[in-house]
Amino acid sequence: MQPAFSVIAFTVCSGAGFGLYMLLAMAHVLGFLPILSRGEILFGIVLAMVLVIVGLLSSTLHLANPKNAWRAFFRFRTSWLSREGVFAVLFFPFAGLYLLGVYFADMKTGDIGFFSKLMGLFGVMLAFATLFSQGMIYGCLKTIKQWNTPLTPTNYILLAFMTGALLLNVVLAFSGQAVGVMGGITVGLIVTAGISKAIYYYWIRTPSGSSINTATGFLRGNVRLLDVGHTAATFLTDEFGYKTAKGQLNLFKAVVFVCGFFIPFLLTAFSVIGASAAVFSALLAFVIAMVGITAERWLFFAEANHVVNLYHGAQRT
Amino acid sequence: MKLGLVIDLDVCVGCHACTVSCKQWNTSGATGPLTDLKPYDEDPQGVWFNRIRHFEVGDSPNSKTVNMPMSCMHCEQADCVDVCPTGASYKRVEDGIVLIDQDKCMGCNYCSWACPYGARELDRDTGTMKKCTLCIDRIYDENLEEIDRQPSCVITCPSNARHFGDFDDPESNVSTLVRQRGGHQLMPELGYSPTNHYLPPRIMKPMPTAEAKPGSLISSVKKWVNQSVSR
Repeated sequence: MQPAFSVIAFTVCSGAGFGLYMLLAMAHVLGFLPILSRGEILFGIVLAMVLVIVGLLSSTLHLANPKNAWRAFFRFRTSWLSREGVFAVLFFPFAGLYLLGVYFADMKTGDIGFFSKLMGLFGVMLAFATLFSQGMIYGCLKTIKQWNTPLTPTNYILLAFMTGALLLNVVLAFSGQAVGVMGGITVGLIVTAGISKAIYYYWIRTPSGSSINTATGFLRGNVRLLDVGHTAATFLTDEFGYKTAKGQLNLFKAVVFVCGFFIPFLLTAFSVIGASAAVFSALLAFVIAMVGITAERWLFFAEANHVVNLYHGAQRT
Repeated sequence: MKLGLVIDLDVCVGCHACTVSCKQWNTSGATGPLTDLKPYDEDPQGVWFNRIRHFEVGDSPNSKTVNMPMSCMHCEQADCVDVCPTGASYKRVEDGIVLIDQDKCMGCNYCSWACPYGARELDRDTGTMKKCTLCIDRIYDENLEEIDRQPSCVITCPSNARHFGDFDDPESNVSTLVRQRGGHQLMPELGYSPTNHYLPPRIMKPMPTAEAKPGSLISSVKKWVNQSVSR
């Protein structure tokens, strides 16, 4: 599958944004990080919303006919892409009301009232629903074995939480706070997301049930493609026939695990035990993790082998 | 009604007449034009509703060339329609034909990802997805002679390898052909339940081939001289 830069940017950016919002709002409303100040929460929520907006705008870049993009909200009943759009747009009024609640909070107690808390938690649910739909866009396709697994939405959600947590650490570090509990949560999320991604990479090594035999209907004997029937590339070969060198895939996989999980894990663990400068290590951990997760998203597309490739020379997908 | 095609792999000679006539008819048809980009360049690219792939089945010398024309299968379980976020893709209740409303499509490519048969191609010029319409602008046209109310590819096929009909009617030409010749679907394991069926090649006795006789000394010399002279 041809990796589309706009879709990679969209999922990575909005993932970090939704992750940050969910952790921040839950930490604040449910109170497991009581030290958060009003300024930090406001800054964090605005940052999260900006990331989501940048992501959403970027996603429209891959449309060939964006003037009809507004119609994408009308097939909620059957299409995960439509559901993602609806949830992502619905997220904003709730997150906005929560933001207002925080802005007009009681100056002395910092209480934002029941209504604002409820709005904040609704925002969390919608962010989660958006991420799940985002994963299911790929997970529901029976044509691509490497995507058609519950691991796909699982990884989208875990990686969003992980990058969001690393970003929250940056916000905390900039306001001069110790990462504390959040550091422990981040380490846990990095380990969980890393293990889940490793399981995924092992799982996609087995080929799908479709082969050139089932694709042509000749189930016995060898089948070989003699000629594709066209002399130049087509939309199908451009979109699905993406090929990279095996070495490049392995290199990217190394980048995913080293940059995406290992270095952020070390940096966060160091800052938890107070062995490194907070702002520097938190920022470095986030930036390096984003590089790793971008590589992860690129691989997610590059390794996807659509069954239509069976008609263009592949023996198995 | 469940309209669709039966393609006889026994007699298809792979001449691409169906693909060309499809392109010719449909470029001015319901979802036309079938844009070509850089048509006279080194790498021309364009939209086709129908493409033929050529396969070798079995190992030489007991192998057979099979030409496989493929267009939209008008699946019963058409995931391309379900995944469409805009509602541009739809499957007609009355005859099962899958179509794309060109005025609603936003060109997100998602339906082409859901299609295992490569039936959907993006027109990079209009920015919309395009696919086989089963010639809806032919098969219902009462101004045409009844025999002409068939998809363009079916009428054009010089070896009569393509058949059009209603799969819901057990006595129709297509249902009968599938029953008699053991017609199959492509990639049934994915569960799309495609309407179009393919008839496998008939099993023929192997044709005896004579070994080439070794030539006499004079004929070998003549052959050698001829080859040398022509150079």
